[in-house]
Amino acid sequence: MEAVKKTIKKPMFVMGFLAAIIVLSFFISLNTGYIRISPLDVIKTLVGAGTEKDQLVLFDFRLPRMIIALLIGAGLAISGAILQGVSQNGLADPGILGINAGSGLAVVLFIFFYQGSTYGLGSFSIFVMPIAALAGGALAAFLIYIFAWKNGVTPIRLILVGIGINAAFGAALIIFQLKMNPKDFMKATIWLSGSIWGANWEFVLAVLPWICILIPFTIYKARYLNVLNLGDQIATQLGAAVERERRTLLLLAVALAGASVAVGGGIAFLGLVAPHLARKVVGPKHQVLLPTSALMGALLLLVSDTIGRNILAPSEIPVGLVVSALGAPYFIYLLIKVN
Amino acid sequence: MDQQTSFQEDTKKFKSRPVVATFILFVGFLVLVLGIAGSISFGAADIGLKTVWAGVFEFNPDLTTHQIIQELRLPRVIAAALVGAFLAVSGAIMQGMTRNPLASPDIMGVTAGSAFMIAIAFAFFPGTSYLGLLMWSFAGAGMGVCLVFAIGSFSKGGLTPVKMALAGAAVTALLDSISTAIAIHFRVAQDISFWYAGGVAGTKWISVQLMIPVAVIGLCLAFILARSITVLSLGDDVAKGLGQSTIVVKVIGTIVILLLTGAAVSVAGTIGFLGLVIPHITRFLVGVDYRWIIPCSAILGALLLVLADLGARMINPPFETPVGAITAMIGVPFFLYLARQERRGL
Repeated sequence: MEAVKKTIKKPMFVMGFLAAIIVLSFFISLNTGYIRISPLDVIKTLVGAGTEKDQLVLFDFRLPRMIIALLIGAGLAISGAILQGVSQNGLADPGILGINAGSGLAVVLFIFFYQGSTYGLGSFSIFVMPIAALAGGALAAFLIYIFAWKNGVTPIRLILVGIGINAAFGAALIIFQLKMNPKDFMKATIWLSGSIWGANWEFVLAVLPWICILIPFTIYKARYLNVLNLGDQIATQLGAAVERERRTLLLLAVALAGASVAVGGGIAFLGLVAPHLARKVVGPKHQVLLPTSALMGALLLLVSDTIGRNILAPSEIPVGLVVSALGAPYFIYLLIKVN
Repeated sequence: MDQQTSFQEDTKKFKSRPVVATFILFVGFLVLVLGIAGSISFGAADIGLKTVWAGVFEFNPDLTTHQIIQELRLPRVIAAALVGAFLAVSGAIMQGMTRNPLASPDIMGVTAGSAFMIAIAFAFFPGTSYLGLLMWSFAGAGMGVCLVFAIGSFSKGGLTPVKMALAGAAVTALLDSISTAIAIHFRVAQDISFWYAGGVAGTKWISVQLMIPVAVIGLCLAFILARSITVLSLGDDVAKGLGQSTIVVKVIGTIVILLLTGAAVSVAGTIGFLGLVIPHITRFLVGVDYRWIIPCSAILGALLLVLADLGARMINPPFETPVGAITAMIGVPFFLYLARQERRGL
């Protein structure tokens, strides 16, 4: 009983702590940008007593982008946590399953055949690109499942097939990318590096249902991830419908990653690193690991995006690059410090 | 992280198939020689096999065809064979050492380190010579590997396979993000992509000359190491129980990976899929004994890249298709077929 209490207490504390940091970062992020707004003015604006300019900057540009960062940070992190759990492989992440490559290929094809588009994305492409990305990601996931299916899907087969599909999409990607004109190539590179370019309220509304419905559902499914980790035989003996649960979980991972990549681009490393960071602080139980991963991912992406917006303002660094540049050293530090 | 396998699968896992392996070595070698001859003969200008023979062994500098063979096609095809063998062998060692089917030589930070240095060279020292770029690239590969290995070694609990793989992923992400930022900022992204997607096109004799000693040292070390890798692939605890000094094997293994992959990346850019898929194919064919896996991987890797390079020139002449894309196109169907088979194991 003591032990049980202990394990419950610590995750709650960790999650509360993370949530507090997220709120803090959120305020700092609201204040900073190419146009600085003092904390007092931010609060004024939020309660509706700010100047028109502040209102425009905050409500139309900064706020939706930050909310998107939080949402897809959480989405990618959970997706990574599911994939690592289902495949029982610590190297698994949405990127490895070809979801990023599938989305990337769709977007690159779109840019390639839609040449002569004005730089700075036109309103048409801003709505078509996420749809293309989602379709590409879904296609990759569908292919993986088809090829990995053989009286069920074993974790190892899934990962191996994922690598194969990823390589195939990657090959097609580079062929088209090298045929592009330099300007389009640059645009594609920036997208592939992961940049939250779809930042307005429509996108928030587009992503919100995915994340807000799927994440709680995933957390509800967490115990199955624990059982699946014991190996298929034991899981079956414990009465889990292994194959069905695995398929459901995979679908969740793909949907979360696909929706995130569609608006955020190919943000690498986040889905890999967030679950590992979470595991270090709350341990391997998925009931607490999943929410902690989500908070980790949200925090990491919000902070990264804030830095990416400001460090070379007015030009922006793709957020995916900042995530790697920030996350990797810390991850390395953890590797060295924690056993 | 360890695969939970049933007993039945375990017994399958420890099978070795020397007969198949010997067959692969001999027949594979013959096919490889044919492939090399074909690769010299086919191209923008077709050259008969007789002339190929003459051009290689009775070189006459006055004949244009002989010049084409000597200056363009011969170094290119030798480089293709060597690079293919290098990548396949380092992939096999990598997978054996880490016991992770996802491990490819790239994950040791070799490619990321090389790309990082190349990005710096393109951004800050435009007009660096071909040889200079090779050197930059190899230095970068060394840097990447040292980083990964150091992080893995200094971590609490020592250099476990998982730690090594994760350290590799972290270092790769870090270096890649910096090089992409440099590439975007200095507008050299496409130049860098061309350099890396170029494959063995335009390989000069100097690259081949640099690769020969690497081949001798690296491949010999790999063959010497083969038995220890087999033991290591059973797991660190088993290896220690059998009296193996795992750290020595890992250090030498890492040096081999650095030499082979570093040279391959410097000469041919990124041909990512090869180092990952060939060891899997080989294991499927010859079983789990690395004394067979390593030489057979070398042959199959060389064969795949020679054929892919031929394809790179033939698909859309006179333009080159990125060879990495073709290795993927050839390798993926194979790989998917294997992934569906039950017979596997590391």
